Amino acid sequence: MAKPMEKYGWRDIPIGCVVDEPGNAREYKTGDWKSQKPVVDTAKCIQCGVCWVFCPDAAIYKNQEGYYLANLDYCKGCGICARECWTGCIKMVEEEK
Amino acid sequence: MTAKRVGMEVSIALSDAVKMANADCIAAYPITPQTHIVEHLSELVADGELDAEFIPVESEHSALSVCAGTSAVGARTFTATSSQGLALMHEILFIVSAMRLPIVMAVANRALSAPLSIWNDHSDVMASRDCGWIQIFTENGQEVFDQTLCAFRIAEDHRVLIPTIINLDGFTLSHVVEPLYLVNQELVDKFLPPYKPLFALHPDKPLTMGAFGMPEVYAEAKKAQEVALRNSYSVILEVWKEWGDLTGRHYHPMETYKMEGAKIGLLTMGSFGETAMGAVDHMRENGIPVGLLKLRLWRPFPFEEIRKSVRGLETLVVMDRALSFGGVGGPVCSEIKTALYQQSKRPKIFSFIGGLGGRDVPPEQFEEMIQQALKMKRKRVVEEYTMIGIRE
Repeated sequence: MAKPMEKYGWRDIPIGCVVDEPGNAREYKTGDWKSQKPVVDTAKCIQCGVCWVFCPDAAIYKNQEGYYLANLDYCKGCGICARECWTGCIKMVEEEK
Repeated sequence: MTAKRVGMEVSIALSDAVKMANADCIAAYPITPQTHIVEHLSELVADGELDAEFIPVESEHSALSVCAGTSAVGARTFTATSSQGLALMHEILFIVSAMRLPIVMAVANRALSAPLSIWNDHSDVMASRDCGWIQIFTENGQEVFDQTLCAFRIAEDHRVLIPTIINLDGFTLSHVVEPLYLVNQELVDKFLPPYKPLFALHPDKPLTMGAFGMPEVYAEAKKAQEVALRNSYSVILEVWKEWGDLTGRHYHPMETYKMEGAKIGLLTMGSFGETAMGAVDHMRENGIPVGLLKLRLWRPFPFEEIRKSVRGLETLVVMDRALSFGGVGGPVCSEIKTALYQQSKRPKIFSFIGGLGGRDVPPEQFEEMIQQALKMKRKRVVEEYTMIGIRE
């Protein structure tokens, strides 16, 4: 989005509310929806990437060491990664702030 | 300029207009009395006379959903329905207008169940009144043919981009063989160039249609849609003017008949205008100063035309063909009253409801409405509305 939603006057709305800028969901950080966050125990993680496959929000990325971690700016805390993980290395913990 | 006059069933003429408009996609589900339109279009596609995708579906909800998809990829899209079918489309009606997809739809107006009725009134389209489409009423086969072609041109104009309904009375128009002036393909091609979408779904340029609207933006989106529908008015006039210049057949938001010197106005919508003209002729011969107003454009509602056309009237009789249960009685009359409320000088307005579920309204009944209205006016009787021709 070129600007935040609340800055749009009615004349600025594109015809039919078409969003003609692909990939702009990146600018909309939904991470503050969550009440729990995934925490990875890298000692148990086998780097299989099943959490990356299942994440419905594409919020999981691979770090330089090859571990899969959640980008907390987008992770909504659904817990699917923790449920699907073969080794049980992901735990959902309460967000504290 | 125009081809010769031919006798043709109105549904067939409408389908031929869709063919001449070179529609790219038709998705529809057959329902009486719209059936002949869908059948003929499917034949035209099967016989190779119209190069279009004809997509058979299992319901009207799916029909309009398919149309939303084909219109979104930039195809000139047509559908047709009636009564229960329009009711089943209800939620999609609002979606395609908000997404500004210029689909053209013919509605062969028919009463809503129950009791089950296949016959004509306007209860179907009145229940969809606020769906955000441009809505046009027709009086005879010629108007159906002409307005179908105009509808594509209006809907697809980049200043408009709003889906458009052509209302034709079920059976009374849809199934009647009428003499019509058709037009040649050359004229249509000149009048209606191929559809160029402003936005179209295509892998080369990804975009999102029908996205989520948070409270921060929903109201602005609705305001933009409302202004667009109101602003379509001037384009509608422009398109009708151009059609009139090309064919000699001119259309207006409010058609008038014998309004010169009229003190009493009779207002109808749809095919009953033809019968009402006969009634007006007869009353005029008997010295009653009656004139006829025929409302063609239902949305956007032509406020100014209405105010202008009732000037000088002392009494106005509005005939509705639908009921607003437990409410104002007749939807057309209630809007006419609203349009005139702020006027310092306005006629006394009487609401009549008739012709429900295919009940005939002969010319004498129009005269009866006028006489009843004059009597109520004289005796200062206030009725919300009167249902005409009801047996006690």
